[in-house]
Amino acid sequence: MIKSELVQRIAEQNPHLYQRDVENIVNAILDEITDALRTGNRVELRGFGAFSVKNRPARTGRNPRTGQKVDVEEKFVPFFKTGKEMRERLNDGDGSEDPDDD
Amino acid sequence: MSGRTVTRADLCEAVYQKVGLSRSESSELVEKVLSEIADCLVAGESVKLSSFGSFVVRSKGERIGRNPKTGEEVPILPRRVMVFKPSNVLKKRINETMMGASENGD
Repeated sequence: MIKSELVQRIAEQNPHLYQRDVENIVNAILDEITDALRTGNRVELRGFGAFSVKNRPARTGRNPRTGQKVDVEEKFVPFFKTGKEMRERLNDGDGSEDPDDD
Repeated sequence: MSGRTVTRADLCEAVYQKVGLSRSESSELVEKVLSEIADCLVAGESVKLSSFGSFVVRSKGERIGRNPKTGEEVPILPRRVMVFKPSNVLKKRINETMMGASENGD
């Protein structure tokens, strides 16, 4: 499913809304998550999962083809951890074997 | 870093501010969007949200794990997991502001 299909599905379930409104809703949600991450905040959506930003310190990497050393600068990467309910839903039926790494 | 946690309530507020629906309808729609994404993933379909990222479901095979406390070997059963692959746009946006912020003392 891509964004336009998501918009379409939600619009079909909500005939009182224009497709354009639904598009704005989806974009508002994604923008709000993006803005939070941009400022280093965490986004926690219970049952779905949590977004956070992780710091990757500078390191010396290697070009795997030539073996040549390259300096990789410090960077920040977005990270997502699947929520408990979501993890269970993905494995319905044998969801009892849940490693308690939480 | 401010270290605030953004929740559903903030997403509802953003929808309320930007789209002009009532507060209750905004929160209803945030829920619908999230559950539509979740349902899709549970059905095994991946979800691609352009300029944000994609959620993909992967199947993991059985492997032998260990209880870190007792050292006991336990089989980890085959299972499905979901992963988020951030888009380049999202990665770039985060780095732009975060790198700027970390220069003024981290």
